[in-house]
Amino acid sequence: MSKQKGSIVEWIDERFPLTATWRAHLSEYYAPKNFNFWYYFGSLALLVLVNQLITGIFLTMSYKPDANLAFSSIEYIMRDVNFGWLIRYMHSTGASMFFVVVYLHMFRGMMYGSYRKPRELLWLIGMAIFFVLMSLAFTGYILPWGQMSYWGAQVIVSMFGAIPFIGETLSNWILGDFMLSDAALNRFFAYHVVTLPILLVVLVFVHVIALHEVGSNNPDGIEIKANIDPKTGTPVDGIPFHPYYTVKDIVGVVAFLIVFCGIIFFAPEMGGYFLEYNNFIPANTLQTPDHIAPVWYFTPYYSMLRAVTVNFLWIDAKLWGVILMAAAVIIFCFLPWLDRSPVKSIRYKGPYFKIALTLFVISFFVLGWLGTKAPTPLYTLLAQIFTVIYFAFFILMPWYSKIDKTKPEPKRVTK
Amino acid sequence: MRLIKCLLFIVSLVPVIVFAAPADVKLDKAPIDTSDNASLQRGAQSFVNYCLTCHGASFMRYNRHQDIGLTNQEISEKLIYTEQKVGDLMLTAMKKNEAEEWFGVAPPDLSVIARSRGADWLYTYLRSFYRDSTVPTGWNNLIFESVAMPHVLYELQGQQVVDSNKDIPEIKELKLSVPGVLSKEEYDRFVADLVNYMVYLGEPHANYRKKLGVIVIIFLLGMLGLTYLLKREYWRDVQ
Repeated sequence: MSKQKGSIVEWIDERFPLTATWRAHLSEYYAPKNFNFWYYFGSLALLVLVNQLITGIFLTMSYKPDANLAFSSIEYIMRDVNFGWLIRYMHSTGASMFFVVVYLHMFRGMMYGSYRKPRELLWLIGMAIFFVLMSLAFTGYILPWGQMSYWGAQVIVSMFGAIPFIGETLSNWILGDFMLSDAALNRFFAYHVVTLPILLVVLVFVHVIALHEVGSNNPDGIEIKANIDPKTGTPVDGIPFHPYYTVKDIVGVVAFLIVFCGIIFFAPEMGGYFLEYNNFIPANTLQTPDHIAPVWYFTPYYSMLRAVTVNFLWIDAKLWGVILMAAAVIIFCFLPWLDRSPVKSIRYKGPYFKIALTLFVISFFVLGWLGTKAPTPLYTLLAQIFTVIYFAFFILMPWYSKIDKTKPEPKRVTK
Repeated sequence: MRLIKCLLFIVSLVPVIVFAAPADVKLDKAPIDTSDNASLQRGAQSFVNYCLTCHGASFMRYNRHQDIGLTNQEISEKLIYTEQKVGDLMLTAMKKNEAEEWFGVAPPDLSVIARSRGADWLYTYLRSFYRDSTVPTGWNNLIFESVAMPHVLYELQGQQVVDSNKDIPEIKELKLSVPGVLSKEEYDRFVADLVNYMVYLGEPHANYRKKLGVIVIIFLLGMLGLTYLLKREYWRDVQ
């Protein structure tokens, strides 16, 4: 940013740190030069966030948060609002793609040990973003007031009801009624369009600030700040984020948009995974569907919820399911302290970690797939086995990451 | 890494293998072509004649049918039999409480029925009614047990009865006992047009969406090339 005497920039700089901010976060923020494919998903998550905010605003202009009108107002948007179908599909596809990019972003962190010191807090802020995102997805999915909106929400709210002593009072308090009804739809709408988006934007801002404080990790898992060029005072293996990564991320954005638009224009339902077929039936409070399945991004956790079939200790199976499900999400927060490996990146970690991570990914996919299916004895058994594998990845990590045979880390970043 | 990729590939095949398992109900493939305006117009005509009496399509406006090649004049002549205007929604004449009294359940709105049931289901359903004296309407359906809806199209199709398969008695097959006005092929064509129309009705903008999508994707592919060249130019000096 040029700073000539008497320019507008100078006028602003005397009153606001415009140039300083630009330099600190873009033109003089040094990122490792060896980012690979997995490093696109952070900026893509930001892109999807902006997409959700903008299309969301346009949807609220025509959507009616009313149990009698919600379903038809969505169809009004789809048919009578100019390009309403496009705005709606951008929002519904964006919701699923948000989870795609965030899951890949998290997987990147797990592969390259991005949660390790000094990035523990960065990881925790990221987890907070993930929790808010899940709440946003849940509150948003209720809004069309279709059969799956209604009965899916019923399942989730009944989870609160499983909590001993206070459960019923708590779920009544959440719903504002004794059952899922118009009152709940209204308040979930308020959370979805005001409370949670504000929280999300603030957390994303804090996430970026925390990242720029400690600097980005890279596929080698070594600190570029450990190797400073004495002449320039900048990391030898670092390059300014702008222009290098801005132009690189733009390529990623366009490639992502090809996939994103491919779905929006040619398969907006994505075979029933992004928009469930049963959600094209208006909510019927008297008719429970034969098979209730959440949208794909919740299905791994839904499988775990259903996997517990026996009462254990003094706690019944349903509550164990809820506890397990909550634990499955929260356990990510402990990764920075569970990993005892002397190296960060999978490139230098030993076979134990590689096998463990592979099994974890497999169990995540299998649990996700099982969550879309109606339970059978075989499926329940599979869900139980893979739930154990899922948790073993975390719980056994202090042990296997310590005894694993690691390779030495390089001094400089590699290709 | 190679191990991970290999295992991921195997996992990705699991759903394919399992989905290949046979479904409970065998559905016939509906011959759908929503770009065929003549078929959609025939379907629209049948829809207002046979369906709209009991079912609404209350998210759809009559004048939207300009999409399928009708003018407002033609729409009011061919599709509107009531006092309604072309800008109105396609509401049913039947009152909800009366319908519940007559059928036990109000007929569902059909605006997005093709999106929840799927074209193949509708195509099979409308061809699978049979005579059954054990149910109140006298009509049952192979893929919708004890359905409340009677066979509205029986004059066209004729009356079918169950004819158990000789080898496997559990499998119910239907045979025509009283012929209808249309031959089997004509009736299948009639239902195909009707289902085609209901697919269009489920998402009237679908054809335009796909057309626009092609332009958007071509534009983005061009952008991908340009942005890649830009990136390569900037990254020339990074070792």
